[in-house]
Amino acid sequence: MRTLKHFLAAGAFCLLPAMAPGQALDPALLTKPLGDAWPTYSGDYSGKRYSSLQQINAGNVKTMTLAWMSKFTAGPGTDSGARRGRFSPAPLIVGGEGTAEAGAGTFSGGTNIRASILQVNGILYLSTPDNAWAADARDGHELWHYFWKTKGGTHIGNRGLGMWGNWLYMETPDDFLVCLDAATGKERWHKQIADFNLQYFSTMAPIVIGNHILIGTGNDLDEPGYVQSRDPETGEVQWTWYSVPTKKGDLGLETWGSLDGARHGAGNVWIPGSYDPETHLYIFGTGNPSPAYTNPPSRAGDNLYTCSIVAVNVDTGKMAWYYQFNPHDTHDWDSTETPILVDGNFNGKPRKMVVHADRNGYFYTLDRLTGEHLVTNKFSIAANWAKGLNDKGQPVRDPAKDSTVPGSLVSPNNGGAANWPPPAYSPDTGLFYVPAAETYAMYYLTETDPRGAMGLGGKDEVGLASSGYVTAIDYKTGKVAWRHRYPGTAGGLGNGMLTTAGKLLFTGDAGGNLVAYNAANGNIVWHSHIGQVSNAPETYMLDGHQYILVAAGDSLFAFTLY
Amino acid sequence: MSFKKKLSAGAILVASAMAQNPTPPVPAAATPAEPPARRVRPQAYPTRPPADPAALARGRALYGVHCNFCHGSDARGGEGGPNLLRSQLVLSDRSGETIAPVVQNGRPDQGMPKFPMTLAQISDIAAYIHSFKVGGYDISRMVPLSILVGDAKSGAETFRSKCGSCHSVTGDLKGIGARITDAKTLQNNFLMPGVGGGFGGPQRPVLTHVPPTTVTVTLPSGEKVEGVLGRIDDFVVTLRQTDGVTRSIRRDGDTPKVEIHDPLQPHKDLLPTYTDKEIHDLTAYLVTVK
Repeated sequence: MRTLKHFLAAGAFCLLPAMAPGQALDPALLTKPLGDAWPTYSGDYSGKRYSSLQQINAGNVKTMTLAWMSKFTAGPGTDSGARRGRFSPAPLIVGGEGTAEAGAGTFSGGTNIRASILQVNGILYLSTPDNAWAADARDGHELWHYFWKTKGGTHIGNRGLGMWGNWLYMETPDDFLVCLDAATGKERWHKQIADFNLQYFSTMAPIVIGNHILIGTGNDLDEPGYVQSRDPETGEVQWTWYSVPTKKGDLGLETWGSLDGARHGAGNVWIPGSYDPETHLYIFGTGNPSPAYTNPPSRAGDNLYTCSIVAVNVDTGKMAWYYQFNPHDTHDWDSTETPILVDGNFNGKPRKMVVHADRNGYFYTLDRLTGEHLVTNKFSIAANWAKGLNDKGQPVRDPAKDSTVPGSLVSPNNGGAANWPPPAYSPDTGLFYVPAAETYAMYYLTETDPRGAMGLGGKDEVGLASSGYVTAIDYKTGKVAWRHRYPGTAGGLGNGMLTTAGKLLFTGDAGGNLVAYNAANGNIVWHSHIGQVSNAPETYMLDGHQYILVAAGDSLFAFTLY
Repeated sequence: MSFKKKLSAGAILVASAMAQNPTPPVPAAATPAEPPARRVRPQAYPTRPPADPAALARGRALYGVHCNFCHGSDARGGEGGPNLLRSQLVLSDRSGETIAPVVQNGRPDQGMPKFPMTLAQISDIAAYIHSFKVGGYDISRMVPLSILVGDAKSGAETFRSKCGSCHSVTGDLKGIGARITDAKTLQNNFLMPGVGGGFGGPQRPVLTHVPPTTVTVTLPSGEKVEGVLGRIDDFVVTLRQTDGVTRSIRRDGDTPKVEIHDPLQPHKDLLPTYTDKEIHDLTAYLVTVK
């Protein structure tokens, strides 16, 4: 069995399409420690966002300076800075099945690059909802722009592109997977991945593993979440794993009040997971159960596999193990935050682990081969919604802290103690870094119908207080090693994290600065005010120079040493 | 009980069969946006054009007679029948074409009888079902519910212990229950003065005056610079002095010394200490302070 799996995986890497030399992604890069390139959502499969690059380091980062900045304009317009001037304009390729031009401003208030950006062979590939670009990693100038005419959908963000050989993959808010030629931006095909009529919307960055394109979707009505594997050549479905039971006999059905409740129980998977090449397990987090804030009899129980971490064999789509972080969630606290694979000591012995900081305010360490629970600890000081931990290490929900008619004072707020902005882990310090918030809100129940509300309905929430932190957690105990509060009287989550072998931690703060911290103790060593940072910083090496790349709204900034 | 489960299962089987045969999706109509004051999500999903009022009236009557009992008067489920609004079959239906086979054939094994109706009648029923809003946030369903469940007498005690060192119902809070007549607004404002609306609910007016946050910066020379806090991060603090001049001062770690005076800090410090009962009791008490 094991040999067969390995054979299959090896075979997959030989099935790559004919590549344009110098352009295509060498899949071997994906399993190497993160270095010169940034070929997938988290840089590599481990989710660590830890780069082995150390040209820029704690000793010299003070002299790091701007290499270039480049502005991008979403939509079908031709006013992009890169298309003006004396150079020939970058080609604009238009696709899509809809009629709406949801460009800058229509749904989301302007071009906002929240995505992870790929850097492969000196070219950057970036995205916003309905838009993909290629840009030169040496100076940021635009090489092509693909624009998708939408049918609608929630345009809240796009988490990035996936790459296989010479092809790029993008999800669209109206639920298509689009395959583009990385060299030209021309569309190769697009396939429907979810039913727009059922109010699905798709934001996830596709993850490429062997000859599997892994995708997920979002839904704020009550439709079931799933992870799906697609063929990179044809886009056809290879397997589908549902987050909730969908038929009689399915595992976990006993954790729901009814099959209809389970079938409408959500658990959407909208952030990429991590991958362990040794076990072929794709390990990811699932979203909240639905309806999110009400407790109809149809969702009585723990509501598997919502708010869980799940390990699925990438070849078969079969679940190997799961652990539910948050049984019967009642606050829309998704557990989709990227889990990080850590190889390290635990109780004095080497162990293969997976770690995760949840929107619910708790940090978890598990054995990633078996799913065995090792650590749970509350990293949010304020979190007050649980009565304690049960013998599985799961927080026990206090029903009095559900939304109630006279109001419940709950921490965290709906946004959570952590959220999608990616965390990072440094093997040098043994610390896990996460953008965190301490918040309080009043949750009022506005739907007393015993059948519950649908989707996110039935709740009126009033935010009372909020403060944002960079939080460093020891995975062995779950205890906070240090945390840095963003100054001021309010403020929430900052953005995602990058850590490097240069002993640095980079992230965007709440005040519009890209900041470098000493990864060991959180001391600030460098900063630049560039506007509200909108994605997690990344790094790459090109022509002998290391770059730190970050997005702030509609612009990319690259910093380097000269 | 088993009847209920069987019926739900039946509906699902039909739904998955129908999903193989998708109908052309409707383009997102340019519906007017919700008023900006209400923080609801954009209506970005397929919306249906308004139905012919006569068909709607016929459909309502037919639904009331034949469907209402099992599926509820609002189509969100009733005695045994599932919620139709979020049903995959109904969401994929245009004008009765996917609903008709279920209605005409029934699900006898699942307890749903067949209804000998014409396609025209089923189309009318479909028009009626499709006239309901399909979404999570639905302000129209937010019935104003009384949040007054607390004990005013206990609330008076709590007021003395938690609020009394700064506030008085005969002084600054005189007549607070008459000034802020909506109990929920009053509750939000004693918890954190100045908070406005909800997330997922209507915006409420800001009825309390909150003095500005001020800041004192002690420069290395010993000079103190004071004013209203503009913005602060780890690198710059900006303030407006009483003479109207705005000053921006570089920060480098603990130099210069910066002290923020947040008038809401005592309220923030109280948040971890409240029980929900104390909050409800305080509300019940403060509404009586007329």
